[in-house]
Amino acid sequence: MNLIAQLPVLPIVVPIIAAPITLLLPPGRAPHLWASLFSWLTFAACIALFMQVSANGPISYELGDWAPPIGIEYYVDLANALVLLLVSGIAAVVFPFAYRSVQLEIDERQTPLFYGALLICMTGLLGVTITGDAFNVFVFLEISSLSGYALIAMGARRDRRALTAAFNYLVMGTIGATFFVIGIGLLYQATGTLNMADLAQRLIGQDNRMISAGFAFILVGMGLKLAMFPLHLWLPNAYTYAPSAVTAFMAATATKVAVYVIIRFIFSVFNFDFAFIGAAFTYVLLPLGLAGMFVASLVALFQEDVKRMLAYSSVAQIGYMLLGLSFATVEGLTATLVHVFNHALMKGALFMAVACVVLRAGSHSIHAFAGLSKRMPVTTWAFIISGLSLIGVPLTVGFISKWYLLQAAFEAGHWYAGFLIVASSLIALAYVGRVAEVMLLREPAEEGKYAMPKEEAPLSMLIPMWVLVAANIYFGVRTDLTGGIATRAAEALMAMAGGAP
Amino acid sequence: MISPELAMPLALALPLVGFIAIWLLDKQPNLREAATLITGGALFALAIVVFAAVAGGARPEVTVIEVIGGLPIAFHAEPLGAMFAVIASGLWLVNSVYSIGYMRGHGEEHQTRFYMCFAVAISAAMGVAFAANLFTLFIFYEVLTLSTFPLVTHYGDDKARNGGRIYLGVLMATSIGLLLPAIVWTYAITGTSDFVPGGIMADHADAVAPIAGVLMGLYVFGIGKAALMPVHPWLPNAMVAPTPVSAFLHAVAVVKAGVFSVLKVAVYIFGVDFIADTGAGTPFMWIAGGSILLASAIAMNKDNLKARLAYSTVSQLSYVTLGAMLATQMGVMGGAMQIAAHALGKMTLFMCAGAIYVAHHKSLVSELRGLGRVMPFTFGAFFIGAMSIIGLPPMAGSWPKFFLMLGAADAGQLAIIAVLMVSSILNVIYLLSIPVQAFLKAPPGANHPFEGAWYDGPRYDADKGPVTPPRTPIAEAPFACLLPIGVTAAGSLILFFFMGALYDFLLPMIGGQ
Repeated sequence: MNLIAQLPVLPIVVPIIAAPITLLLPPGRAPHLWASLFSWLTFAACIALFMQVSANGPISYELGDWAPPIGIEYYVDLANALVLLLVSGIAAVVFPFAYRSVQLEIDERQTPLFYGALLICMTGLLGVTITGDAFNVFVFLEISSLSGYALIAMGARRDRRALTAAFNYLVMGTIGATFFVIGIGLLYQATGTLNMADLAQRLIGQDNRMISAGFAFILVGMGLKLAMFPLHLWLPNAYTYAPSAVTAFMAATATKVAVYVIIRFIFSVFNFDFAFIGAAFTYVLLPLGLAGMFVASLVALFQEDVKRMLAYSSVAQIGYMLLGLSFATVEGLTATLVHVFNHALMKGALFMAVACVVLRAGSHSIHAFAGLSKRMPVTTWAFIISGLSLIGVPLTVGFISKWYLLQAAFEAGHWYAGFLIVASSLIALAYVGRVAEVMLLREPAEEGKYAMPKEEAPLSMLIPMWVLVAANIYFGVRTDLTGGIATRAAEALMAMAGGAP
Repeated sequence: MISPELAMPLALALPLVGFIAIWLLDKQPNLREAATLITGGALFALAIVVFAAVAGGARPEVTVIEVIGGLPIAFHAEPLGAMFAVIASGLWLVNSVYSIGYMRGHGEEHQTRFYMCFAVAISAAMGVAFAANLFTLFIFYEVLTLSTFPLVTHYGDDKARNGGRIYLGVLMATSIGLLLPAIVWTYAITGTSDFVPGGIMADHADAVAPIAGVLMGLYVFGIGKAALMPVHPWLPNAMVAPTPVSAFLHAVAVVKAGVFSVLKVAVYIFGVDFIADTGAGTPFMWIAGGSILLASAIAMNKDNLKARLAYSTVSQLSYVTLGAMLATQMGVMGGAMQIAAHALGKMTLFMCAGAIYVAHHKSLVSELRGLGRVMPFTFGAFFIGAMSIIGLPPMAGSWPKFFLMLGAADAGQLAIIAVLMVSSILNVIYLLSIPVQAFLKAPPGANHPFEGAWYDGPRYDADKGPVTPPRTPIAEAPFACLLPIGVTAAGSLILFFFMGALYDFLLPMIGGQ
């Protein structure tokens, strides 16, 4: 019983124990330090886990030594090791970042609750990713979602609309979760098992209406959770009115984990022998991905609120991920995994920059960004570099994503999709360019609502933000971790699903 | 002695060192400008090292980093790139001297930012020149666009904002919307994006041939910096920038990076023979021909000197695209020579325009009447530059026209020869009229060209008879502006006599020995 053998369970157990203790701490600095410390410990555990999986191949861990399919199994291969690394990494950056932002936006008495919920949310997301048990996915999904609703609602101190946003998300999210659990129930009815690997075995040859319905419920349920267009309606408000740090964390992680769950179910539970998988690719993911890319980007273009603009941009970016997935090739799946990772880096950094502006200007309206380069140059450049990454300019991660996606589109013969991808990037150019122009070339407001002092954000925010910005550039040049691992993960998933190599 | 393998990455790194030096010396303008000049001199030396090595038959290669499997950021010097690097770095040095004269003579703000952006831009231009594959080329192409944006919007007013929006919008939209898919498509078909003598398409002719025309279109319009109509609007709009920016970036570094990329794609990706076999270049040859005439026609109607020069640039750039699309060896050679000759000539013209503005704050052609006698040196240089652009011997610009006509004859496109002839006539009209008016027309307020407007004393003295007005007082721009103008004007003349050497240097590009 050494620690290495227990490694797969550490990313869950460590924060889930730490979270309730947060509530016992005095409000103020202590809960923040406590949560940050545990986000780092979790990150360290995820790095160790990733290294082990990368070196020795997939790990299966039996919870409480109960052998699956009776007991719960944690199953870590390269695909979810990468997502674990991503979620815990973003947490390790955003948690330290949050302090000043939270101090401004949330009642101090609530800070133990806030950081506790943040830790629980992270745990839930990690749990969804790590588990090899279909029902356990649902459990962790609800853990992360319920804490997420609470976190978003805490934005009510600044803007009461956070309450309705959270309530909307609660309703839609619960419908999604219910759909998901109905789908799991149908699969259980058909096979009598909840373990994913076991499900995959027992589903072979069972192509009937119940299985199809189960898959449809799972796809729609997860579609709601990942804000697949047109099931995205909860997302813009939730991201806009949530506390800034929460937006930065959730935008970078929550939807990504849901995308991962879809990938896991399609490739590890079902396989290409099921006709409905191909149909889902052709008739659901491909058109909805494309539609999302365009509709959401266009809506983003006309937003007066930068946070809301970025939220719509997220919906569009999810379209890219679904599109890559829908090609049903190793290249396409690689592109999706790469973009899951890369998009988290860029959106995290962008929302953190917005948080810095909110801290000083007290608003995330585009008017608050006027002349920002003269007021907060360091924040401005962080926003611009991550914005360039969002557009897909070379030497940033966005370019790598776009390259993989385009390559997958052309190699899959969907050349028209290739052009639609770049056309949608051009809309991103327009909406990022609009904010950049306002920041660089407008004069700052001297008086009135948007006047602000010439004061840069505190270092406690700048450093984590620039860590993410630097990651945007680093992974834009070195793709061993993203592209290399994603390719290996995609090949492994594809082999499981029996698709063309 | 620095090896050419080392010189290439150094040529990219050095301007970035200069960038930091300029930044740190923000408060000491003299040292700051010294940093620019030292960097420029050293960079030029590095480009010469590479040029000499390539002339000796070497093809130095460096791989910096493998980004995605099979897609490294890598550099590889060949004749065309080595030539472009020497032109860009040499003229940067010249232009830096000019910038100092212009920016100080004009009392501009934000000079530190100005020089910093210039340094990044030249580094990116070097990256374009030495790129070993399309992937690397694209990266530096985009860096070049972004680094020049602050230069275009230098004044920060509404006009600059609008110009900058069009500049960035057109260049980014074409590069991301057309060029990037073209590169990825090429990569998806051929499995490589390397520049290979003879091209990479011929080995995959079955897959490429049906879409060769589409791909070619994606490339020639995707490389928006080549300003082939109708993707040219960014260029006239970039003229809101200070004149040194127009002179160097929008006559040399940026636009030449564009046409250079077109030539590279034609020669090293498609291969001249493959273009000729598939006929992929033909539609774009006609578009280039139309672009040449149309832009000249627009230039004739522009009274603003810089706008006229900008449209002249659009027209002249299409010569290079035309040379590439003719798909003959002489056409490509003519296009390559045009890069060198037009750079010297057009930069002379732009610097003259800037000198006129600094000395007399005149920017309209109609205001220049009689000014030649006040600025004889500037307008003399303008005359030389204009002759070179038109293609009159003994100026460098005459050779590319000659080779382009040879190429058109080889390709059997007699109509293209007619296009070139008509274009030269249009050039004569809208370019030569400027120095002619300046020297031979009477200045405003005077009745006779030799009568100075400045002299309002008596014309006739009862005792001595008619009074000869005193000599026209010379009022030229600062010396730092004139020196570079003299250098490039002399260069236009000298290159005429050394074009044979350049021909021999470029010959391996088209498969010659």
